[in-house]
Amino acid sequence: MTDSAGTAHAGHGHGSKDFLQHHFADPGQQFAASKLGMWLFLVTELLLFGGLFVGYGIMHTRHPEAFQAAHVHLDRVLGMVNTVVLLLSSFTMAMAVACAQTNRRKLLVIFLAITLLFAGVFMCVKYFEYAHKFHEGLLPGKYYSHAGDTVPGQFMFFSFYFMMTGLHGIHVLAGMVVIAWILRRALRGDFSDRYYTPVDLTGLYWHLVDIIWIFLFPLLYLVS
Amino acid sequence: MIERSLSSWTRHYIIILAALLVLTVVTVVVAGINFGAPSINVIVALTIAATKGTLVALYFMHLRHDHPINAIVFATGLAILALFLIFCLIDVETRAPIEPANFKPPAGAAPQRTAP
Repeated sequence: MTDSAGTAHAGHGHGSKDFLQHHFADPGQQFAASKLGMWLFLVTELLLFGGLFVGYGIMHTRHPEAFQAAHVHLDRVLGMVNTVVLLLSSFTMAMAVACAQTNRRKLLVIFLAITLLFAGVFMCVKYFEYAHKFHEGLLPGKYYSHAGDTVPGQFMFFSFYFMMTGLHGIHVLAGMVVIAWILRRALRGDFSDRYYTPVDLTGLYWHLVDIIWIFLFPLLYLVS
Repeated sequence: MIERSLSSWTRHYIIILAALLVLTVVTVVVAGINFGAPSINVIVALTIAATKGTLVALYFMHLRHDHPINAIVFATGLAILALFLIFCLIDVETRAPIEPANFKPPAGAAPQRTAP
């Protein structure tokens, strides 16, 4: 490690496969600092979604009948399929990080590609769910136009549904862009057991997106 | 982070994945059971979700074997979120409802309680 750090230092990190920035003493310190920064970012993400979760909690305790009646319009099977898809993608992402750590470059590319594929499947299922809701008029706020409701106030549930799953969907799309970029760098041969920080940090982000869905699924699809 | 061989990582992650998938099925099955009060169902569902989230954070995100500073940062975020949620719910549960000024009670509904 010290040898590679020394050479990287001489070249200020440019052109070296260590990608060591000159303001870090060694790759280990750079990795730890990047990771801490990522965790701080993940906490801001947690609080961003947290506000929506708290809002959902308040409106749900206020209007339990409306939320109960509205959640019936969601398809539990599709929700469960998406949960499984996202859990599988988390697994393949974790495997990708393990492959980078153990210098399996081909497997790294394969696992990143599978993760991207699962993310695509998740978004496709989401598209069909949204299309169905648009068709039925199950829309947020004043756009709600579903006919034949017996319980009033169901638009509130769909305001939360679209805001929470929409923000989560944007995060999945952003994750797909980042994974595609990591995949390109992996194909170029940037990553090895000496340097895999971007793979590891993308993994952390992807797992957080998974954790948020783990909470969204029972709250939106299974409230009873 | 601990050093392991790829096969060791694979075994480790498959066990976690299996646990997560089983818990997903359990959530769906449990949602169909009536525990007597809706709040108990919500608590059960959220406990299972929290268990799944903990598994992902500890093993997929390596918090279990990582430098503790990362776990401290994440736990602090969770603690602040918990404060936010708990105090909001205490507040909402202990006061009369406040409806928007343009709120019209639906026809045939019981008269709304008004704030004192």
